[in-house]
Formats: sequence, C-alpha cells, structure tokens
Amino acid sequence: MAERKTITLPLTEETIEGLRIGDHVEFRGVIYTARDAAHKRLVAMADAGEALPLDLRGQVLYYVGPTPARPGEVIGAAGPTTAMRLDPYTPRMLELGGKGMIGKGGRGPAVREAIRASHAVYCIAVGGTGALLNRHITSVEVVAFEDLGTEAIRRLEVDRFPAIVVNDAHGGDLLEAGKAEYRTSTRPVPTASGTGGG
Amino acid sequence: MRKIEAAAITETVARLAVEATHFLPEDVEGAIRDARETERSPLGVQIIDEILENAEIARERMLPLCQDTGTAVVHVELGQDVHVTGGFLIDAVNEGIEQGYGEGYLRKSIVAHPFGDRTNTGTNAPGVIHTEIVPGDEVHIGFMPKGGGCENMSRYQNFLPGAGREAVVDFVCETVDLSGGNPCPPLIIGVGVGGTAEKAMTIAKHSLFRTVGERNPDLEVAALEGELLEAVNALGVGPQAVGGSTTALDVFVETFPTHIAALPVAVNIQCHSARTKHAVL
Repeated sequence: MAERKTITLPLTEETIEGLRIGDHVEFRGVIYTARDAAHKRLVAMADAGEALPLDLRGQVLYYVGPTPARPGEVIGAAGPTTAMRLDPYTPRMLELGGKGMIGKGGRGPAVREAIRASHAVYCIAVGGTGALLNRHITSVEVVAFEDLGTEAIRRLEVDRFPAIVVNDAHGGDLLEAGKAEYRTSTRPVPTASGTGGG
Repeated sequence: MRKIEAAAITETVARLAVEATHFLPEDVEGAIRDARETERSPLGVQIIDEILENAEIARERMLPLCQDTGTAVVHVELGQDVHVTGGFLIDAVNEGIEQGYGEGYLRKSIVAHPFGDRTNTGTNAPGVIHTEIVPGDEVHIGFMPKGGGCENMSRYQNFLPGAGREAVVDFVCETVDLSGGNPCPPLIIGVGVGGTAEKAMTIAKHSLFRTVGERNPDLEVAALEGELLEAVNALGVGPQAVGGSTTALDVFVETFPTHIAALPVAVNIQCHSARTKHAVL
C-alpha cells in the first residue's frame, strides 16, 4: 500500500501547495459537515450580509448526512455524499474562506477553476464506507441549523480520516487523469452532466 | 384461501430494513473480492480494500454500511390465494419501514413535497412499493434500500425501432461514463429494454434484485449482458471513478415486448453497496 500523508488541520497554504491528485491522505483535527440544505442557507445568509454561524476561513467542509448515533456512539454511518450537487454553492464558499472539501465524485469545470484560483483542495472519501469512516470520527457537536436534522452543520473531530486528493490547487483532476490512464475503450468521452445523491 | 396477518408483513419489512442496511449480500461481497484480484489500478485496489473493510465493520459493530440508507424500495409478490387480514397491505409495508428505520437508527431521507418546502417525513415512509399478483399462497417481499447517489444517475431514452442492440450498448456506456463517481462504482447496472417508459424502468430496477453472476435465461439477452459488462469496464472509470478496470461488477438486462414504433431503454444503476434482502411468508 502506498504511503499515506497525515494532514493536521486546519489546512495551511504550504500543506495545500504540497498536495497532488492521487495522494492518499489522512486528516487529523476539526472538519465541519454541510450538505445541500446547509449550503443553501449559508449562501443566502452571506448574500444578505448576515453573520455566518461558523467562520469558514481555512476550514474543511465534509459533505455528509450521517445516520443517527446508536446509544453510546458519537455518530452513525458517516460517508460522503455526491459533491457535484454542491457545485452551485462552492465558488461562494471558497470566497468566504473555505479551503478544503470532502465528498464523492467529480466537480464541474467552474468549481475546478475556483479551487485552483483560490488555492484550495477537493478530496474524496470512499463513497459507501460510512461504517469505516465512523471509526475515524472521535467527537461530534451540532453548531448550526439543528432543525435540518441529518443536514445540520456539525463540528467533527477526526483522526486518521482517509481521503484521496481529486482536485488540487494546481488545476489537476484525478478523475479525468485516471479515466484517461485506464481507458481501453475507443468510445469518445462524453461531456459531464447530471446531479447526484447520497 | 390462506390468511396472512398485516402485522406479520410489518414485522418482516422492519427486519429486512435493518438486515439489508447492515449486511452486504454474500454474492456482492464475493464479486468485490474477485475484483480486487483483477483491478489494475493500485489506488483502485486500496479503495476496494476500504470497501471490504467497511462491510466487516458494519457487520461487527452493527453500523449501517452507508449513511444513505436509501429510499425503501419494496417489491411485494402477492400470491393470489392469499388474503391479507387485520389491515391494508400498503399500510403494513409502510409501518414496517417506519419501525425498521426508527428502531434501527437508520437515516430518514424522504421529504414529503419534492419541489415545495421539502419537509422530511421523519419516518423514511412512504416507501416505493411495487406489488405484483402471482400464482400461489405465499407472499415474497424484496427489500432494497436504494441510495440517492446511484438512483440520481438513472436514464431513459426511446430509440428508433431499428436502432438495435448497438443503441443499447452506446446508451449504457454513455450513462456510466457521464455518471462518473456519483453512483459509487464499482456498480451493478440494471437495464430495461422494451415495454413502455415506466415498464422499461421498472424491469431495470427489478433486475437489481438478481444475484451477481445470474444471467438472463434468454441466451441472446445473456450475451448482451456479457458484452455490456466488458464495454463498461473498458471505459476506465474504475472504483470511485479514480481510474481503473473495475467500473461494474455485473450488468443485468431485462426485456419486454414493445410497440412497433418504439425501442425504450432504461438504465437504473446500483452502487457497490448493493443492498437487498428477501423474505417469504
């Protein structure tokens, strides 16, 4: 198995600079959960000039809506949801200071460019491994939008949380590069479209 | 006429909801293990290892395999010699969903009004319930917690009647190519060809209840399944779309007679967490 880089959060400019597509990393520190409904509210609040319930500067957002915790557990299954659905909000989140994102699947061209321009990074955690990722979350606290239930913003402390760099600050895209490397089909690659879920 | 209590159906559905979301079917896990041996991408192999480890942790610690415990898709085959007593069949299934998702600490992902305020129903009910009247005096219940990531990648198109199998292959490949990492590859791909629009999608969905490796009994359709699996795995999408030789574990094709003017093709994708569970009453 290739060596995994340990990344202590929050992300620094130097750390981001050193990350390359295909790097298998392990996060340690604090990340914040946010999916569709939370993104929608955060952007609406920012657009209205209201104070946000969390300071996004330098933070990593994890696109997840966990299952309820069983008694004695801090959280339930907690794997990533489809990042593409957050694409309409992501350039704004990066303007507000966000530096990292964890989800699954690829990002559209506008988001890839925003990631490069704002020197940020997008990683995937392996979709459908919610039980495994549960073991890397050590504490959970709801910090905003509790009424959204699974979609509330939660502060997670994570340890050795595994992820793979898909879009780096240098404009790289792992999904595009990976497909080109392993494609044996003569079919032309169609252009991306659609929504996602999870 | 055999009598079956609605309460027995509720109890069964609740149990299936919990079992399906925690225990990866053996055939699926076996196919993922096999893929580990043939996957060409080292990163792809690491992803497969995490998927296998996840199944083990889910089993041992009673954690759901995936946080997306899905839309509850329930296929009920009701023997025509069965009389359901003590309640309405559909209510009994929905009560089972409510119980299973509540008591099993599963995520409630269903909103009541799709384009309105999107308030969560809080119970994961109602399920998407398909009923079919079949001969006999048994009730077969198939439970599939269907994730949003893969379901959102469904596609349907009606082709010119003469477009033939090539249109089917092209459409399936294009769908998988476009969906990238969103449906969580390695995938199981359901394809419905023929009927009408809703029939094509229904048989595509229903095919996902099959066991991995189980071929359509029609040899021509089975040959198409083999061709599709090869074509999809040549796309290079790979595990979680990081690039690799394992994009799909299997492709299931179902067909139905269709109109002289039509060639309907529906694709319904299942993620690697291909969760299904059956019971017979």
